[in-house]
Amino acid sequence: MRNTVTSPTTDSTRYYVLEHHPENGTTLGFWLYLMSDCLVFACLFAVYAVLGRNYAGGPTGAELFDLPLVALNTALLLLSSITYGFAMLEMQRKRVRSTLAWLAVTGLIGACFIGFELYEFIHLIHEGAGPQRSGFLTAFFTLVGTHGAHVMFGIIWLVTLMLQVSVHGLTTENSRRLMCLSMFWHFLDVVWIGVFTFVYLMGVLP
Amino acid sequence: MSATHNNAPAHAGGTHAHDDGDHTQADHGSVKGYLTGFILAVILTAIPFWLVLGKVFEKSSTTALMVLGLAAVQIVVHMVYFLHMNTKSEGGWSILALIFTTMLVVIMLSGSIWVMYHLNHNMMPGMMPDTTGEAMPGGVQDRSSMPGMKGMDGMDGMKGMEGMKDMPAMSPAPKAP
Repeated sequence: MRNTVTSPTTDSTRYYVLEHHPENGTTLGFWLYLMSDCLVFACLFAVYAVLGRNYAGGPTGAELFDLPLVALNTALLLLSSITYGFAMLEMQRKRVRSTLAWLAVTGLIGACFIGFELYEFIHLIHEGAGPQRSGFLTAFFTLVGTHGAHVMFGIIWLVTLMLQVSVHGLTTENSRRLMCLSMFWHFLDVVWIGVFTFVYLMGVLP
Repeated sequence: MSATHNNAPAHAGGTHAHDDGDHTQADHGSVKGYLTGFILAVILTAIPFWLVLGKVFEKSSTTALMVLGLAAVQIVVHMVYFLHMNTKSEGGWSILALIFTTMLVVIMLSGSIWVMYHLNHNMMPGMMPDTTGEAMPGGVQDRSSMPGMKGMDGMDGMKGMEGMKDMPAMSPAPKAP
């Protein structure tokens, strides 16, 4: 898909992307990665669907879940999605400073999300509702924890890219990387729709 | 934000002709697109939380169906407005991969739920007279009386033999058959 030529001027083995055909393969390749990640989450959702009501005499979702906190987390993730979108728009206009500012806002909101999620997990474990308590809680911690780990790696990636952009500016490479992280970040928000719907909201239904 | 609003739609995806050169530039969307998506997503998030927290419907199955339907709509909204999914991006390969993945996800989810539901159903305590689920010792004692378990005794014997072959103390004893 991607046209590359070796540079005739240097004897290095670097490849240069032809100007009229930018960042084509990477975006599709990253999309395919996201689709495979989607299958990972689908497996975990299937596990939760099967085990989600196996309480083993332990606490149920209706007793454990704190829906206002989940609503707050949902709002945070949604907000971080749109702030990342604004960062992409600023990137498109080649404004380094405001791109970095929006990325920082996104990262902070993501960190808040992780913080509340960790608070929820620690709270559950202190109540004796840790992942080893029942099949339901094992499935819950695996699914929500995997999503949280994705967000955590997304934040690490975001900080790395902020450093890259602040040092090298909005080069073609950095724009491509920001584009990939954008897809990753929005994808995590899509997965969170499934989590708050299927795990939390349907979990508290009688 | 409103100052930057004017030139943004010029870059909006899907309006210009698709050719290999510039379609990746259209992937970043516009302020209007992001705001539309955001407002729709907020509405589509608020409704299910309200349905569940406010206990709007008496039957929980009705609430569950509503909530799932709204989630599906919200996923489409995110795909269109945030991930800029359309039939043109990457020459149609993205949407093809998405359709294939959706197919796999549907097969995996519905298949798992279907199979495991029937497994649970067939393993109900009521269907096996002498096992009450938690009483394993009783189940072992009564095994010979259970019609479905008759073959198990022979299998246990075979398992025992396999184990014994590996034991050092027993290794001289077995004769060639």
